[in-house]
Amino acid sequence: MNKCIILVGVGGQGTITTSTILSKGLIEAGFDVKMSEIHGMSQRGGTVVTQIKYGEKVYSPIIGDGEADIIVSFEKLEALRALPFLKEGGTIVTDVREINPMPVLTGEAVYPHEAIDQLKEVVPNVIVVEAAKVAEELGNVKAQNIVLLGALVKQLALDNVDWRDLIAKNVPAKTVDLNLAAFDKGYNM
Amino acid sequence: MSKMIMSGNEAVARGAYEAGVRFASAYPGTPSTEILENIGGLYKDDIYSEWSPNEKVAAEAAFGASVGGMRSMCAFKHVGMNVATDLIFTAGYSGVTGGFVLVTADDPACHSSQNEQDNRLYAPHAKIAMVEASDSQECKDFMKAAFELSEKFDVPVLFRMTTRICHSKSIVELGEREDVPVIKYERHAEKYAMLPATARVRHVIREDLLAKMAEYSNTSELNRVEEVPGAKIGIVTSGISYQYVKEVFGDTVSVLKIGLTYPLPEKLMADFAAKYETLYAVEEGEPYLEDALKKLGFHNVVGKEKLTIQGEFNTKVVRDALTDAKDLFTYKVENANIPARPPVLCAGCPHRGFYFALKNYKDKYVSAGDIGCYALAVNPPLNGFDFQFDMGAGFSTLVGFSRALKAQGDTRKVIGQLGDSTFFHSGLTSLIDLVSSETNAVAVVLDNSITAMTGHQENPGTYKNLMGYESPAISIEALVRACGVDDDHLRIVDPVDQKAICEALDAGLEAEGLFVIITKRPCALLKEVIKANAGKHVKVDPDKCVGCKMCMKIACPSIAFDDTAKKAMIADVANCNQCGLCMQQCKVGAIEKVGE
Repeated sequence: MNKCIILVGVGGQGTITTSTILSKGLIEAGFDVKMSEIHGMSQRGGTVVTQIKYGEKVYSPIIGDGEADIIVSFEKLEALRALPFLKEGGTIVTDVREINPMPVLTGEAVYPHEAIDQLKEVVPNVIVVEAAKVAEELGNVKAQNIVLLGALVKQLALDNVDWRDLIAKNVPAKTVDLNLAAFDKGYNM
Repeated sequence: MSKMIMSGNEAVARGAYEAGVRFASAYPGTPSTEILENIGGLYKDDIYSEWSPNEKVAAEAAFGASVGGMRSMCAFKHVGMNVATDLIFTAGYSGVTGGFVLVTADDPACHSSQNEQDNRLYAPHAKIAMVEASDSQECKDFMKAAFELSEKFDVPVLFRMTTRICHSKSIVELGEREDVPVIKYERHAEKYAMLPATARVRHVIREDLLAKMAEYSNTSELNRVEEVPGAKIGIVTSGISYQYVKEVFGDTVSVLKIGLTYPLPEKLMADFAAKYETLYAVEEGEPYLEDALKKLGFHNVVGKEKLTIQGEFNTKVVRDALTDAKDLFTYKVENANIPARPPVLCAGCPHRGFYFALKNYKDKYVSAGDIGCYALAVNPPLNGFDFQFDMGAGFSTLVGFSRALKAQGDTRKVIGQLGDSTFFHSGLTSLIDLVSSETNAVAVVLDNSITAMTGHQENPGTYKNLMGYESPAISIEALVRACGVDDDHLRIVDPVDQKAICEALDAGLEAEGLFVIITKRPCALLKEVIKANAGKHVKVDPDKCVGCKMCMKIACPSIAFDDTAKKAMIADVANCNQCGLCMQQCKVGAIEKVGE
């Protein structure tokens, strides 16, 4: 049975880097892997959804409603938006970070601060990871994505892959130490 | 050879490299952009590559290389092909010397486009061959096959992709680059000089070659029958739809997967279709395969009757349409409040300054937009323009529109905007019409020194080209002046400087005849701009802030309002680049620069 993972966030949060590292790790582990992302207008502060499917043989690169084993959300509201993707018994890993969308900034809409409580009411497996906060404490909020990668790898129980080596090869050279620390924090949460 | 995970676009670039391509050109457009970005970045030692000013030029430049004897290619998004078809329909008659492949990246569901046109219909119309891949491995392998086909049947080949093929990544086994020598050029005016007498002859030759190719299609390795003994259902499909079919039906149905989709393998299709009373054509967009099956006499085929012509497919669309399977369980939060998160102009974006100033003149103008980041200004609160269609239309529609307004006694001025890359693409010819038609309008070039929306590609106005080499930068100002726009009718301003931009708009809206404004400020996301502004941002002094929300009106994503303290705040300091637009709005001087 194929596993389906969805990463959601806001343009600029590093969801695509995370899924690239994850895909490479899954290939190293011997799986067939497909990854799908939409770029273009989503780079300009819109919602970004990246999808990864892996298993013995993967056909469709797209994950539909009710098919995701795990949703990793880089932003609280986006976890709520992505909920329909989750399969019965699936897991949500979400940051508590709030990034106001334009309708909230202009006062047309109100930010749903209660999103995580609402998710917990209906989904049995909600794991809250304060990744942005941890990354900030480590020195740069941009390492949030690698904290979440650590938490995700733990959930997937994929320990036969050298994740640290993959991270070192796929992040800017001067941020390697920061990102390795971020991975360890996420993994050990 | 090694295996890599690659997007379809990366794989097409790799396929071109392995096929011995020596010339590649494109105009950027989502979802096709990364094809040439990869060629320019990874293979520049073996392939000359360029961002051409538009798709027509790109196709002609690449075709010139083919006529001259090199394997060549060009790439565009679906609507970009419209711009290039003037060449393509005639190249269909001429045929090629070196293999010539045109890549079209269609965008069903309009992820980043203004329509959902299905470019498969171009192939029969232009009488050129067409190939469709279903994953990244096929993108690479079929590119190589496309060049062989092009040379074997003396025909341009359309390599048709869709967003999900372009942007999904899957595993690709790499090969070596084939050494394909340049074919010695010899004059063949009867083949390449398309005048009535030669074109009539070439048309006959083309029809003959198409008939031969149609026969060949039945045995081409690009087409594949996956027959399941005892299966009751037969499905004819191509491209990404094949993956959805396999995901839904697995090995319970027989599948005819077509990779050479023009000319279609009619005998293969007829032999396959004859075996199944239940026959589906599964394809996004137009009923291209379905109509072909009906033409072959298989009126039992079911396609658009059950599968939508709009948008894109996925597993659920195919499952719901063709099986009785129930919807999968999904979790729901009752009455969830989920505000939309539309893409917005970035913090520090120069376009915000222009459109914010334009709002001051409400009721005095009607505004036309164009294709680029600035299209995002159509949304509230900027409401920047009324209509927007295609590249260059931001200027040329004004020629007719201004006359229509005048005819109904509407005294408002018309104002059109387009960006630097769009100006080079087709805005220049539109400007020429504005000048020569003596249209009473304001034409604005929003010059941010890059092709921004597609992710920062060089254009004729930049000092660097796709391969990373220095190149001559063409001056927009000089071109505008060369069209006859004089000092009295031209302003060049920084769009963030509200005083300057308003002075320019005052002059432009009052002027008789054509008035041109060039706004100049580089994109906030350019590496050099980010570097120059590192550590710079603004902050709100809570002791001075009176909570009037004037700064919120510019709709900058970095500014938020603290409802408890009733004060504005810079919520996203990291992305603020101290452009200063918000400071100009604050009447009490509560916003200060930090880190200067």
